[in-house]
Order: sequence, then C-alpha cells, then structure tokens
Amino acid sequence: MTKVRKITYRDAVREALIEALERDPRVFLMGEDVGRYGGAYACSKGMLERFGEERIRDTPLSESGFVGAGIGAALGGMRPIVEVMTVNFSLLALDQIVNNAATLRHMSGGQFSVPIVIRMATGAGRQLAAQHSHSFECWYAHVPGIKVLAPATIADARGMLWPALLDPDPVIIFEHATLYNDEGEIAEEGDLSVDIERAATRRAGRDATVITYGGSVKKALAAAEMLADDGISCEVIDLRSLRPLDDETIIASVKRTHRAVIVDEGWRSGSLAAEISARITEQALYALDAPVARVCSVEVPIPYPRHLEIAATPQPESIAAAVKGVLRR
Amino acid sequence: MTAEHASKLHLTREHALKLLEKMILIRRFEERCAELYGAGKIRGFLHLYIGEEANAVGVIEALTPDDAIVATYREHGHALVRGIPITSVMAEMYGKAAGSSRGHGGSMHIFDAKTRFYGGNAIVGGGLPLAVGLALADKMQGLNRVTCCFFGEGAAAEGEFHESLNLAALWKLPVFFVCENNRYAMGTAIERSQSVTDMCVHARSYGIPAEAVDGMDVVAVEAAARRLAGEVRGGGGPRFLENKTYRFRAHSMFDPELYRPKSEVEEWKKRDPIVRLTDWLQRIGLAHEADIDAIDKTVKLEIDEAVAFAEAAPWEPVEDLARDVYTPRVNAERRP
Repeated sequence: MTKVRKITYRDAVREALIEALERDPRVFLMGEDVGRYGGAYACSKGMLERFGEERIRDTPLSESGFVGAGIGAALGGMRPIVEVMTVNFSLLALDQIVNNAATLRHMSGGQFSVPIVIRMATGAGRQLAAQHSHSFECWYAHVPGIKVLAPATIADARGMLWPALLDPDPVIIFEHATLYNDEGEIAEEGDLSVDIERAATRRAGRDATVITYGGSVKKALAAAEMLADDGISCEVIDLRSLRPLDDETIIASVKRTHRAVIVDEGWRSGSLAAEISARITEQALYALDAPVARVCSVEVPIPYPRHLEIAATPQPESIAAAVKGVLRR
Repeated sequence: MTAEHASKLHLTREHALKLLEKMILIRRFEERCAELYGAGKIRGFLHLYIGEEANAVGVIEALTPDDAIVATYREHGHALVRGIPITSVMAEMYGKAAGSSRGHGGSMHIFDAKTRFYGGNAIVGGGLPLAVGLALADKMQGLNRVTCCFFGEGAAAEGEFHESLNLAALWKLPVFFVCENNRYAMGTAIERSQSVTDMCVHARSYGIPAEAVDGMDVVAVEAAARRLAGEVRGGGGPRFLENKTYRFRAHSMFDPELYRPKSEVEEWKKRDPIVRLTDWLQRIGLAHEADIDAIDKTVKLEIDEAVAFAEAAPWEPVEDLARDVYTPRVNAERRP
C-alpha cells in the first residue's frame, strides 16, 4: 500500500514548482511578487532563497510585458512558468496570450512551438470584489492553440504542472483561489504526475451527472452528499482540462444517467457551461430524460459583501436544487 | 551620404554595391508585389516599405546569422535581407504552401526558423515583449547573441513598448531596439499622437543609451547599427536606434493618403536612399552605369524566378487546415 501524507493545495503547487525547477534547468518562475514576497498566494515561499534570482524572477507590474517575455523565452529555448496574480490581471496580457502564444505555431506554418506554462488564480469566494474574483477560464478555453487546465484537487495541483511543462504548446493552469488552504492526501513519494487530458469521475452515481471544474468541484461533491440523503445518486465529473474538453467521459456518463447539470462559476451567457450543454445536445440528445440544466454565476460583477458573493456564485444548495429540477423532484 | 561614415565602415566598392543591390532588391520586389496585388495574386493587407529600405539593409548588415530578428507587418525587406529565400517569401505573399510560413501568414507574417526570423508581427508593439523574452533566454543560457527588434514610432504609444524597454533595461538584456520612425502611425502624424516626439528621449528615460540616425542614408544606418549592436554584444545591455525615415507609398493598398500633403512626399523622395547611394557612388567613382545595370538585371531575374515559383507552387491542402494548431506529440521532445 502506498504511503500517503496530508498537504495543502498551496503546498502541492509549491512542491510541483520545486520539482520542475529541479528536474529541468530550462525551467524558471517569473511573475509579480513570486520572489522576495513569496507569491501573492505564498505558493513560491522560500523558493528565491533556494533557486536564486535568475530562476525565481520578480517582475515589474507589466503583465503584457512579462507574459510576452515568457513567450519569447519559450521560443528561445527556455521553459518558463509565468505566474499572473489573478485572472482579472491576465486581461492585461490577453494580447500576448491570444495574439502570440496561441497563434505562433499555426501562423508560422508549424515552425515554432511555444512551450510556456502560465499559472493564475481565479474565482470568487474571498470577498475580493469585482476586480479580483472573476472566472474567465472560458475566454481562454475559446482559443485554439492553447490548452487550459483546472486542478481541483491536491493531487492535480501537485501533478499537473510537470506534464504541462512537457507539453510543447502553451498551457494555462487555473488555480481557484478558495482551494489554496484545502488539505488532502497525496502519495508520499514517486512520480506524482497525472494525466492532463481526461476528465475524472469524482463520485459515481446513477440518477444525474453533474459536470464541473475548479473551485466548483467540492461544491458539487457537497451537493451530491446532500442529495444522497434524499436517495438521489449523483455522478460528479471534474473536467480537469477545459481545452480540449473530454467529450467522451461527459457523454458516456450522461448516456448512463440520462440527466445533466453543468456547474460553472463563469457567467451563463457564452459560458463553458453553454459549450458543454451544446455538446451534450449534439451527441446525446436522445439519451436525455430532461433538458440540460446549468448553475452559473449570476450575471453581475462579483460584489464584496459575503452574502451577495454567495448569492452570486454556484453553491451546494443551488446545485442540489438544479439536480432535483432535472429529476422533477 | 557622408565620407565620415564611409571611412568608419572602410566602405569598399564590393560592400557598397552589396548594400545597393539589397536596397534595389527590396524596392523592385515590392513594386512587383504592388502589381501582383492589382492583378489579384496577392490579397489581404500589403504594407510596402518603399522609401525605408536603408533601415533594414543597414541594420541587418550589423547582425550575425546567430542573432534573432523580430519585425513588424512591414517586413518584406527585413525578410529578404535576412536571407530568407526570395522564392519562399514570394510564395508566402501568394499564400502558397511553399511560402516561408506555409502560406498561413501572408505578407504580414513571414517567419523563418533557420534564420531566426520571428515574424512578421501585426499587433503594433506586440513584438517587443517577444524580443525581450528571446534575449532573456539567450542571457539565461549564456549565449552571446543579439535580438534585434524592429518597430515603428507608432509602437511607442503602446504600453508594451514601455513595459519592454523597462524590462530590457532592468535585466540588462541583449536587445537591440530599432525604431523605424516614418512619421506616421498609419494616417496619424507623430505630432498628433506623441507628447514627446523624440524617440531617443523615451529610451533614455529607461536608462537605455539611444541614438538617432538619418534613415535615408544606408551607410550612416550601418555605421550606427554596427556600433550599437556591438555594444549590445559586448554585454552592455539594450541599445536603441531611431531611424528617421519615410515611406513613399501609402500605408497599405487601401489607403487614399488624405493625411499628408503630396509636397511632403515629394520632398522626402529627394532623399531616396537608393538614388542617394547610387549618385554618391558614381560621383566618387566607386560605381559606374554598368554596375547599376548589372544589379538591375540580376534583381529582375531573381524576382521573375520568385514569381514563377510562387505561381507554380501548390496550395496547402484543405485537409491540413488545422495541422499546426498544436504540436504533434511525436515531436514533443523536438522543440525548436
């Protein structure tokens, strides 16, 4: 039996960063306050002392500049991990990510790959209001040429980074800000890399499939627990990869349960939930016993007060209600 | 054209004729492109460099084959001077699969891994952070190479310009910034878009040594570029060169040129870099009518061949449309 240990999501991210820097001399970490400060979410605490200023590189507040520099460094033979403090700030680097990282390979006729990993915090739940709380995963998942990951568990936070670095194309990793303090079990040692292409079934069930990702996975699992008390058996699928989407796992589950609820902290209009709903209707319409339901954020800028923030975002109660809705219960 | 620059460069007859031939090649290539555009062979945007040839020719003369170039969407001249085969540049203009970017980019997106030519970037200012990153990679890997980044004065209004200059200076990176100041950001004159019109002032405010040069004088450009690129190569950190230049043609093929007087264009045409070098070489007896004729002939032949090549080249099969969106995993470990 493999020995396990308990660590936090934050520690898992840090361990993964340390592993990457130790395994490949081309890897370096760059971003705002990753060095002296130790990372806005303390993920790189102590790493400056361990790896030095060349490889743990504090940047000025210039998202477009340093994300673009990361893309250039990747073109030039390095394996940069660029940390952007939050997804809201990453909008200042959208030009570099969308116009350069995503296009360079195809636009150059396949001559250049851009092996960069960009990490950023995302999501609401910490009362940080409308410029630090949004979920724009869907914007990035819209763009061909990049891959998008959302580690929802300690094991994924620990194991997704290395395979992302081995990927020759740009990979964006979204870490939900409410997860950093969560604790979980992980194998004591050995290769902790995980598959980054497939969705995972986090809970098996018969009556309905709840499809979600990132910070909403634990909420969906909480909802499934509540529903179990009412005799409802929920399957919970953690997408893990938001681009490409693992249609196979989603469709197979929906064909089994005949009901689908998609939980997405993004806004409903033009959301990932909309895309998944479309794929289900395209590929499994005749297996459905009820219309696909969606639990998304209310279409407002995320507000500061706790009660409004809770009301604006998917919660176990609203997820459970949606599942009951598709079961007409 | 000053004797001073010439003597600094030890300008030989051979070298002078080489510079002239490169400028004439760009000029005739683009004149042919304009014709082909009219004939419907080249589509999309076509931004001509005519009038500005001395800049690409003079600056790239100062680079080694190991150095990298990041250019803009007005980059045909840079691509040709860098040594990307004229056939594949012309095929790219056509959008053919034999083009330097398999035809995926067209006029604005010429790329070439062999000569370290990183585009062909059509977001104004967007190439500067890439150049900073390429230089960062060189520095971290202990490679003594220069990344030469071309952009226009219009880019100096973009945040990415300022972010990039700051980063390059802060980290003392080997970037050679070359601002081709042709006075117009599309149709907006520099005086109407910049609070500070002296580009060197912007560079110096980040602690980057900067010089301005007459961008219509290829010998002066080469002399300045050799000096500054040499300083970058010597580990001095970034340098900045402002080439004061002018485009004789419209911004693109869709531009009716309502924003500048014809007299201004005529005035600048008197400083045509090709005419200037030709006249000067003839005056001092370094070149003769026969030399110029020989260059014209060679260049015409090269362009005719390139057009014939592009005409005959096949299109990318539609089945390959999505082939290069992601890197095939079999090649995962063979990254450039």
